[in-house]
Amino acid sequence: MASKITKNEKASPEAGVVEIQYFTFAHPPRELLLECGEKLGPITLAYETYGRLNTERSNAILVLHALSGDAHAAGVHAGDNDPGWWNEMIGPGKGFDTNEYFVICSNIIGGCKGSTGPASPNPKTGRPYALDFPFLTIADMVNAQRHLIDHLGIERLLCVAGGSMGGMQALQWAASYPERVRAAIPIATALKHSPQQIAFNEVVRQSIMADPAWREGNYYDFGQPEKGLAVARMIGHITFMSDQSMEEKFSRRLKNGAFSFNFDADFEVEGYLRYRGANFVKRFDANSYLYITKAMDYFDLSGGKLIPNGKPIQTRFLVISFQSDWLYPSYQSQDIVRELKGKQVDITYCELKSTYGHDAFLVEVEEQTELIRHFLGVTLKGYHSWNGQGIKYGGFG
Amino acid sequence: MSSSLNNLPERPDHRIIYEAIAPESRVLDLGCGTGELLYHLVRFKQARVQGIEMDKKAFYECVKRGLSVFQGDIETGLVEYPDGAFDDVIINQCLQEVRRVDFVIEESLRVGKRVIVGFPNFAHLSSRLMLALGGCSPVTASLPYLWYDTPNVRFLSIKDFQIFCAEKKLKILRAHFLGKAGPVTFMPNLFALNAVFVLTKGKEGGQR
Repeated sequence: MASKITKNEKASPEAGVVEIQYFTFAHPPRELLLECGEKLGPITLAYETYGRLNTERSNAILVLHALSGDAHAAGVHAGDNDPGWWNEMIGPGKGFDTNEYFVICSNIIGGCKGSTGPASPNPKTGRPYALDFPFLTIADMVNAQRHLIDHLGIERLLCVAGGSMGGMQALQWAASYPERVRAAIPIATALKHSPQQIAFNEVVRQSIMADPAWREGNYYDFGQPEKGLAVARMIGHITFMSDQSMEEKFSRRLKNGAFSFNFDADFEVEGYLRYRGANFVKRFDANSYLYITKAMDYFDLSGGKLIPNGKPIQTRFLVISFQSDWLYPSYQSQDIVRELKGKQVDITYCELKSTYGHDAFLVEVEEQTELIRHFLGVTLKGYHSWNGQGIKYGGFG
Repeated sequence: MSSSLNNLPERPDHRIIYEAIAPESRVLDLGCGTGELLYHLVRFKQARVQGIEMDKKAFYECVKRGLSVFQGDIETGLVEYPDGAFDDVIINQCLQEVRRVDFVIEESLRVGKRVIVGFPNFAHLSSRLMLALGGCSPVTASLPYLWYDTPNVRFLSIKDFQIFCAEKKLKILRAHFLGKAGPVTFMPNLFALNAVFVLTKGKEGGQR
């Protein structure tokens, strides 16, 4: 009987219409103590959920977003056609199968998509925090998420998963709360930023701060430092693509068929970057970009910090990297694997072929789906109810 | 469903290795292929297993079985493991593809208490005949490749391996020899197609 229902649900392709929800905690005097020593509160986290929590509360997956992501990971909002940022991976029958799992995604603290960040009102002044917002770390973001998971009544997450900065959070979850995470899927990420990655982030920050419209962060009455933020995002987009994917997407094609002999955007790639930059300033807070990139640069779980000595860890890991990703190159994922090997942790690792560069984690759906689906299935059900042919639907494999 | 009712792996070499491994062991399989052996170990012997496999297709078969496996080559795969991380390290049907054989065996004996090595016997009667009488590089059931497309870089016999173990002071705990029809007891170096050795460090090899 159950199989028929499952089949019907499987036929529905999308997570459907979803709603953003809010959770507020850390009310004074019980503010959240941050790694920098300062306190933050109250804190609101915006989040969305997909699928249903089972009665054992054992099927919850926390999906973690990257630098400019938000809580809207899948489905669509009512009256809007924009699918979530990982819509291809989350939904009925997808990699994170919402027929099986309860998927949660929250906007990080420091963000600007409904969670408390530098653009939120400072309760002391009633005005946006701007640079009075305390400095954050990835561990602080994870600590805040932990309050949300407590609030949702989930003792142990089946899995934490994310790409890029989302992968850092997944690693941080395993480091901070190993007993609360059965599995972790860090994708296209690193144990720490290399000098090259810090350098790119610094250029990004400098371009925002060099814009006079930034006004030492106090631009909220005047509008965003649009020029600086747009350039920052343009730099980002260059690092997200590969030489090959840019060749395929733009080559040297001209926008208007001939050189303009002025500084307009002649080439398609110029037009693309300008378009991306201009769009970004409409949706992302410049100060958030500064704070979040700094948190990424501070992140460092190398040298035994991922799994401290003498702490046996049951968390299983699926580590994924992409061949053409030069922003988070495979060697950084292999560093994660090396760290885990030393601690005798169960690891599945694979470098996937892709020409999409760092963007691959959002784009390369098929192979990621295959890896994640089986990895999650055995994590939830164990080998004993696993028939070696994939989960439950039988037949394939 | 499992391939056989008695929960044993299908392949005879897998069966021998399966039976040589104690329940709940920690097992590392170098070149684990599609993971048939590891799957049986984890499912029916509650072993804690880790596989390493180069081939993408085989890797995905392991993933389908829910196994922990990483894509990589054997030599680099071994090095970061701490001493004695595993009870058993399996090197089955891939030693002949390894360039630094002594390094791999030494490293395996460092990270594992025992090493189980399985390989095709190059000195099987049919190979000898092909080379001696036919004058051609042998192509047999256990060494099925033509000279120009073989992944194998080492061609060893049972006797070669026994000499190697003696020289390296490796203790052979058990040796199994397999022919087409089953175990071979008479002149294995001539009649066995495959061999499986269970090794540990000799006394002089230090502990673990």
